[in-house]
Amino acid sequence: MECAIQFKNVTKTFGQVVANKDVTMEVYRGEILSVLGENGSGKTTLMNMLAGIYYQDSGQIFVDGKPVEIHSPRDAFELGIGMVHQHFKLVDVFTATENIALGLEKSERFDLKKVKERAREICDRYHFELDLDQKVYTMSVSQKQTLEIVKVLYREVDILILDEPTAVLTPQETEKLFEVIRNMQKDGKAIIIITHKLQEVLSVSDRVAILRKGEYVGAVPTSEASVDLLTEMMVGKKVELNIERPEAKNRVKRLDINHLTVVNSDGIKMLNNVSFDVYGGEILGIAGVSGNGQKELLEAIAGLQHTEGGSSVQFFPPFETDGVELLGKTPKAIRQAGVHLSFVPEDRLGMGLVGSMGMADNMMLKSYESGRLFMLDRKSPKLLAEQIKDSLGVVTPGISTPVSRLSGGNVQKVLVGREIAESPVVLMTAYAVRGLDINTSYTIYHLLNEQKEKGVAVIYVGEDLDVLLALCDRILVLCGGQVTGLLDGRTTTKEEVGRLMTTVNTVTGGSANE
Amino acid sequence: MSVFVSWILRAVAFGTIIMYGAMGETVTEKSGNLNLGVPGIMYLGGFAGFASAYFYEKNATNPSGIVCILLALVCCILASMAGGLIFSFLTITLRANQNVTGLALTTFGMGVANFFGVYILNGASYTAAPLANKAFSAKIPVLSEKLGPVGEMLFGYGFLAYAAIALAIALHIVLNKTKVGLNLRAVGENPATADAAGINVTKYKYLATCIGAGISGIGGLYYVLDYNQGIWATTGQIEALGWLALALVIFTTWRPLNGIWGAYLFGILYWLYQFLPSMLGLKVPNYVTDLIQMIPYVVTIIVLIAVSLRKKRESQPPASLGLAYFREER
Repeated sequence: MECAIQFKNVTKTFGQVVANKDVTMEVYRGEILSVLGENGSGKTTLMNMLAGIYYQDSGQIFVDGKPVEIHSPRDAFELGIGMVHQHFKLVDVFTATENIALGLEKSERFDLKKVKERAREICDRYHFELDLDQKVYTMSVSQKQTLEIVKVLYREVDILILDEPTAVLTPQETEKLFEVIRNMQKDGKAIIIITHKLQEVLSVSDRVAILRKGEYVGAVPTSEASVDLLTEMMVGKKVELNIERPEAKNRVKRLDINHLTVVNSDGIKMLNNVSFDVYGGEILGIAGVSGNGQKELLEAIAGLQHTEGGSSVQFFPPFETDGVELLGKTPKAIRQAGVHLSFVPEDRLGMGLVGSMGMADNMMLKSYESGRLFMLDRKSPKLLAEQIKDSLGVVTPGISTPVSRLSGGNVQKVLVGREIAESPVVLMTAYAVRGLDINTSYTIYHLLNEQKEKGVAVIYVGEDLDVLLALCDRILVLCGGQVTGLLDGRTTTKEEVGRLMTTVNTVTGGSANE
Repeated sequence: MSVFVSWILRAVAFGTIIMYGAMGETVTEKSGNLNLGVPGIMYLGGFAGFASAYFYEKNATNPSGIVCILLALVCCILASMAGGLIFSFLTITLRANQNVTGLALTTFGMGVANFFGVYILNGASYTAAPLANKAFSAKIPVLSEKLGPVGEMLFGYGFLAYAAIALAIALHIVLNKTKVGLNLRAVGENPATADAAGINVTKYKYLATCIGAGISGIGGLYYVLDYNQGIWATTGQIEALGWLALALVIFTTWRPLNGIWGAYLFGILYWLYQFLPSMLGLKVPNYVTDLIQMIPYVVTIIVLIAVSLRKKRESQPPASLGLAYFREER
């Protein structure tokens, strides 16, 4: 097979962090290559060098056997390399067509109508559903991704890089995407998929290249790969794939949620008459396609959402028999009562951490009132930061390094670690393992189980059904802001949860509107 | 009626100054650069234009109006662009804080203009460039005289007032209908996206800031050689106008076409204190005057509140306004 791209001894560092070390690997024309690795293993950095976002410190990249210098994304386009980034590169106030037209070749005449026509053709050819006149800020995540792919296809690339493309897609959308990828492969294009979902690797790619801690471990043809082999190459040692699930003991009612309704600013009911109970000593999983009310539910309980009349959230504190109404209380009062929320947003940093501050200072965000008089208490946050750094294995030069310099997975460890450290009565986590590697995910599961055994009521909003089925005692399924099922985690099946998640509702779900 | 005509004449001329300032700043801000140095740039432009015209007039044996205009314009634009270049270099290349740099540029521009102004003033409290003033403030012949008050209100201004309207329309077309405009807006909204699309973010930011400064500077030139009757004096008047131009950018929600009527409205409101009472035959105490001159700023704040209440994304400032862009940031 013809070699499309070759990395030779490529190294890239950010400050003291080595993102890629001496990477030598090839990409062949007409193949679908998965680049697999844990968080912070340097997959995205390596590909960004190909796309002209970063430039290597040393080493050489070859395209079609010729040494090339890729200093800018434009250089990359000229070499036929296009990348769909994990964080979309779209201008919100532009329409889809305007976004596609951005930065087109100088020689082409500027004609938005023509751009739209050609984009329409691409959409039709690959069966994309995309309104080319829609403004990006009104699009859902999957629509944005579709636009990103159309944008790259428009530039007639030979090498397409997709950075974690399925993270935001439903299974159907994922299947559709894979179809497109296979069609492109038939055209002789090389497709590189950055991912950490093993199932996808096995189902779509021809070959898997594995990175570990910035270094290239090796590549195997998918036909010879297995989950065990890939996991081993990825993490360096065999990871126990079973998630423990201790029996729920001493179940005590902690939250009684009744007729909870939340309407968003567009007048859409994000939560519609939701009622359920939460018990201490168990993990309640919440399943649903992203954007079906999970975020609103947790925020309503935490006091961050305005709720409609008739809604009620009763909280039963330990050692007391009477319930307390949480709605109407301030977020701070709810926190102090012991109801904690750790929400990991899509961009990880967006909620809960200040990027330019170090770990210690971020700890202090939740304890700034505990100092004496006007002075801050700096000691305990520092201790806490050190403790989280050690227990969760946060890779950082020091607790005062700005958290925005850490890789995504490490940022998340800081975020989740901080909430757990405060020994809550009710712990709500959303997407706690979003984008995390297997090792760290298990650390988090273990931490949640510890909380459960301590008698904490844990609410776990997750994306991965297998994890929900293995970890949770009960699973609440949301669809279109309504409860479509409340299942026993030990007896239910993946098919059942999946079916309830996609039970069609007359209400327009959140998936259409971010 | 004659009071009303003078009010409009004054308001439109006043509006023209800040329209230039605001148009230049709009171009700059569309690239994501918040240049608070507009007052300083208008000083630089105004002074360079005046000084070149003044020396030409003084030294040429037979000075011509056209040469005077060209010379003043070229010097004004070059000096203003130099101001923009300083700002660009500091904020884009060295990634200095834009607010601080802009404010420093304002002080710098004022200082430079007043420092060199001393040599021209030579001890006098003001100096004039009568020929340049005549050339710049020449009204449109015939039309401004023969059509009565309406003709006077429509055609009674120097050519720069009409050039401002033409420029506003041209900017509207460039920003909204051309590839350059699309790319520029993308740079201001989301430089990382623009960069990934292969747009040279640095080049766009530099060019937009320098060209924007050049346009803003013409406001200063118009002030000195037309509005102020060709008189250079050491006052802080241009600075106040510069800040008003910045307010106008917000008022127009970053749209050059809105700038046309917005600028005139600001002019009318600014001069309201003098003309409205005399139209109504009232006498107004001095302290009220200053309060009335505040109206344009108050209106800007109201617009700002109204716009953010409406939450219309298209009326918001460019999303990355005031932020430096560094590609390798993570």
